[in-house]
Amino acid sequence: MPEKRNFKNAVKMNNIEKYFGHTAALKGVNFEVGANEIVGLIGDNGAGKSTLIKIITGVFPPTNGEIYIRDKKIPLRNYNVKQAYKLGIEAVFQDKSLGEKQDLWRNFFVGRQITNRLGFIKVREEKEIARKIMFDMIGFRGVGISAESKANKLSGGERQGIAIGRAMYFDAELIILDEPTSALSLKEVRKVLNFVRKIKESGRACIYISHILSDVYEISDKFIILDRGEIVATIKKNEVTLKKLSEFMLKYAHGK
Amino acid sequence: MKHLKVSIAKLVKIEGLTITSVFFALMIVFVITAPRVFTGYRIYMSFLQTVPPLLILALGLTLVITAGEMDLSFSAIIAFSGFVFCYIFRTFGTPWLAFILALSSGALVGFINGWLVAKVGIPSIMATLAAQFFWNGLTILLSGGLSWNIKEIRPYFIHTLFVGRIGGLIPAQSLWGIAVAVFLWFILNRHTFGEHILFIGDNEEVAKVMGVNVTATKIKLFVFMGVISAFAGVLLTLEMINFWTTQGAGLLLPTMAAVFIGGTSITGGYGTIIGSFFGAYIVGSLEAGVVASGIGGYWTRLVTGLVMAASVSLNIILNKEKGEELKEKIKESIFIKKGGKRSSSLKKGI
Repeated sequence: MPEKRNFKNAVKMNNIEKYFGHTAALKGVNFEVGANEIVGLIGDNGAGKSTLIKIITGVFPPTNGEIYIRDKKIPLRNYNVKQAYKLGIEAVFQDKSLGEKQDLWRNFFVGRQITNRLGFIKVREEKEIARKIMFDMIGFRGVGISAESKANKLSGGERQGIAIGRAMYFDAELIILDEPTSALSLKEVRKVLNFVRKIKESGRACIYISHILSDVYEISDKFIILDRGEIVATIKKNEVTLKKLSEFMLKYAHGK
Repeated sequence: MKHLKVSIAKLVKIEGLTITSVFFALMIVFVITAPRVFTGYRIYMSFLQTVPPLLILALGLTLVITAGEMDLSFSAIIAFSGFVFCYIFRTFGTPWLAFILALSSGALVGFINGWLVAKVGIPSIMATLAAQFFWNGLTILLSGGLSWNIKEIRPYFIHTLFVGRIGGLIPAQSLWGIAVAVFLWFILNRHTFGEHILFIGDNEEVAKVMGVNVTATKIKLFVFMGVISAFAGVLLTLEMINFWTTQGAGLLLPTMAAVFIGGTSITGGYGTIIGSFFGAYIVGSLEAGVVASGIGGYWTRLVTGLVMAASVSLNIILNKEKGEELKEKIKESIFIKKGGKRSSSLKKGI
């Protein structure tokens, strides 16, 4: 049974705008993610998906607009990645979630190290927890992979597993997955999709970004379609079939 | 055969083992080629006396290169901090104030470097090259281009503490070199600051996404490097009881050689303090070793080049991970030529 959350929306955005110089990356974006909702965010390359995610996760602030997290308005002036962590928002970025040459245990805790008062890392403790996350929480069965392995020894699916396990351990209320399956074999895609179901079962919310419509359709409760920095449609799953959704998306395919 | 491979792979993982072996192999070669010099203790005492400034610089530079940055200004800091030290000591006669202000001058230079790199966004190789000219120029200007003797400092405690002879034999600066090495090993491998350096050097985007304050860390790093360089400058000035305007100039390339011989990766994300430690002693002992072996001082640079090429190759061949990383880099650069996406590390222009 999902735990009952005492807020309506995990995140809500009002009239978000983002300019890079004179170029508008996002224009008047309004959207919300329910407390226990899986939202599929879809759109062509350059539609503004990554910009939107970076704003939610505090990588950079929007030019204008309001952000509500768990129904509370966030003062944007001091909103940053650390703040987002504290509010339980975790992102798994495409190819940007792990330091390639670093040990896995470092990858779990960088930015949130367990330290003594002088800032020295408690290595044994971190390794112990890293092992627990890998083997108990996400059921890691990589051959010859341990907490001391380097991230570049892992396959694409294993990397997603590590990043997702990290998000779970740090009690994320909203987990954002950015193209989690783009480089994976079919078998590994199933693993990732199963995990997204686990997010739902545990009562958490999720934003799932992918080009693969069938994956998005399978797991999402709601679809938000972004095009050239604007939201062109918000559709509930029970209002649309996969076929209709694909046809709809083709209208917004600007590339060749 | 397979067992051998596995055990070699395990051995290579021990930090700095390759370069430590190279160091001892080199010493054995010198003992054979120049037995009269290298079986006595004097030559080793001489290394312990002359290498520490180079060693301390190499240790600091290891952190900078691990972060994927470069510092070319430390040779100017050596001169500038040495000048500050001499000037304050001669004017006020207070060695500790001179010491503190010398370190602060290094911190100031480092802060400006860090600010230019992290805030303004100038690639570190350019910012610190400019800094090298500027601070060297300022030192020459302020000192009137003269060298200053400070033999009055000999009886002071600061002289004994930093460059005295322990038991009338072992140069104190060699112990300071070891202390800095131990301290920096813990900073790089066990402290959050070091972990942030590793991740920034590995991939700045990842570091940012994981909540590392990249700008602040980089500024801190350059300040750190500035202070360490100034410390090396004070040691050098105290040892020579003399300041001269070009006193750091000869240290720039040997320091970089020491770091790379040690096995620190130019691509960032991996650095070895133990490697740099022995790298510095290799670079610092080559000249004496080559001369004592009787093949003449003209050969020194040539041999340094050979040793550097050999150690770097050895490191890459033995460490398969690094070999793969190199392949990745080559692939990446081909990818860029084809007009693909630029990676963040290459954007910085290194």
